[in-house]
Amino acid sequence: MISETIRKVPAMQPTSQERLALPSSLGRMVWILGILLLGCIAFSVCIGALSISLKELWEIVASQLGIIQKTNVEEQKSIVFWVIRLPRVCLAVLIGAALGIAGASLQGLFRNPIADATLIGVTSGASLFAIFVLMLNVKYFSMLNELAGVYSISFVAFVGAALTTLLVYQLSKIAGDGGVTTLLLCGIAINAFVGAITGLMTYLADDQQLRSITFWNLGSLGGATWTSVLAVAPFVAISVLFMPYLSKALNLLVLGESQAASLGVNLKSLKQKVIILATMGVGASVAVAGTIGFVGLIVPHIIRTTFGPNHKTLIIGSALSGAIVLTLADTISRTIVAPSELPIGILTSLLGTPFFIYILWEQKRKRL
Amino acid sequence: MMEAHKVGYRVRNRTLLDNVSFSVQPGEFWAIVGANGAGKSTLIKMLSAENAPSSGSIAFFDQDLKKYRLKDLARKRAVLAQQNVISLSFTVQEIVLMGRYPFYESEPAHRDLAIVDICLKKVGIADLKNRMYPTLSGGEQQRVQVARALAQIWEVENGLLLLDEPTTGMDLLHQFQTFQLARELTTRGFSVVAVVHDLNQALQYADKVLMLKDGQCYAIGSPEEVLTERFIKAAFGLSVQIIRHDSAAFPIIVPHAMPVRETIS
Repeated sequence: MISETIRKVPAMQPTSQERLALPSSLGRMVWILGILLLGCIAFSVCIGALSISLKELWEIVASQLGIIQKTNVEEQKSIVFWVIRLPRVCLAVLIGAALGIAGASLQGLFRNPIADATLIGVTSGASLFAIFVLMLNVKYFSMLNELAGVYSISFVAFVGAALTTLLVYQLSKIAGDGGVTTLLLCGIAINAFVGAITGLMTYLADDQQLRSITFWNLGSLGGATWTSVLAVAPFVAISVLFMPYLSKALNLLVLGESQAASLGVNLKSLKQKVIILATMGVGASVAVAGTIGFVGLIVPHIIRTTFGPNHKTLIIGSALSGAIVLTLADTISRTIVAPSELPIGILTSLLGTPFFIYILWEQKRKRL
Repeated sequence: MMEAHKVGYRVRNRTLLDNVSFSVQPGEFWAIVGANGAGKSTLIKMLSAENAPSSGSIAFFDQDLKKYRLKDLARKRAVLAQQNVISLSFTVQEIVLMGRYPFYESEPAHRDLAIVDICLKKVGIADLKNRMYPTLSGGEQQRVQVARALAQIWEVENGLLLLDEPTTGMDLLHQFQTFQLARELTTRGFSVVAVVHDLNQALQYADKVLMLKDGQCYAIGSPEEVLTERFIKAAFGLSVQIIRHDSAAFPIIVPHAMPVRETIS
């Protein structure tokens, strides 16, 4: 074998084309998860206090698009669908995708399977600023309202998410060598600090404020409107469109920071890109829906176990299945204790934990 | 192709490397030898542009190494580091394909996949192609990494291969094959700079040997000039004997046989 001379790659015969293909599950995965997502969306918009059948759903959509001229579906169902259900499902899809993609890319960046968006301060920062608004609303709310309208809390929460992440990032540059481990540790430190201030404010809050704070911390898609969907959509879209381009660099990072650098990865710029994209998506999501835990952590694990660790499949798959998981969780959250609503954050963690343990167990079983 | 000029590296008043100069020509195999902590890995890290020298300069193809962009360097030289821990279940093929990443944008071309196959064959692990990297033994993993580095410079004219202890964990046969492979590459115009622990292998395969001691260049030159009984004693603190035997093509370095004393207890 060794004695054979090294030659340039010989011209390949067309027959060997097939044999040389890189086994990739990307296409298969996109089909499976795409169909699953469409199914979940259809299921979610149909179910609720006023149930819509699939046939009625088709007529509602088709008549709006002008495919059929007249429909027998009651006006009320059409309104529920267009004004209440659809924006809410759209919001669930967007937020789920943002949480999934941020979790997948941050786990890659930190080379750590327990990383998700909470680690770089997005969530805690947004919470702190949102609670700040809830606490100070008596005095300054009107001023803020003029600035950002009814979405003042969302606006401030997004600013809080961005500022806290920036603080974590800058601190990691000052405190350490700029490696991702320092970034991770700074994230943990700032999270604890921000958490303490949040706790202090919770301690000072009165009963009414406490209720708002709790509600915010547990997350809910109840406030979904087309306006909030349109506000979140561009941020999530940028995150979903550009993150897959970083998958090659994230794959190389698996080899270690220095090996990745020797293969042309500029760690500093990769770190900035991942953090900015993740913060945009998750910051916007947290701003409109509060903190929704566990999705960003667990979804990448599901994809990794099922479709392999390549970041291209992982990132796209995490966006799709994040959307699926959140759509389903939101459907349950608004139906299980109807006519009231269970905060979605409770559901994602409650259902996520046993599932997560199961995945860990599966992984161990596979290794043996 | 690569010239180090009075290179030094200091961290917080501790000098790890001082005043090291040498010049690598195309087709040369350089072995860096020295005791633990002599600065071998530090030197490799500077040659690979991971760390910038605190004094002196390194030129690569007549241009300062600092002026290269990481992406351009990745298309000219490959680096194999000492530690290669991967916990995610990538397949061997995927890992070796990472060596081709600098050469394609989104999807690997047919050519890239063909190079991966050839490199897998070259290091004798074609049958491991679809195995999960974490399930391999240490020596097998190291060979996958060698294949990955090989794939990176496969098509490069006068490419440079920087290896930090490339044969760690490999068995006798594969150590031999790896060095043969490196030798073969040099005949094709590649240059290889490797940290080598086994002095016999350095003696057998290297064109030039750089011996480091306490961060200084202690000796430099052909293997016969550098790997002498006197220099090895000075650099490693161990008395050795260099034996020439008619049946061996190369001289053999062996530690001075000392009877194991029974008085230790």
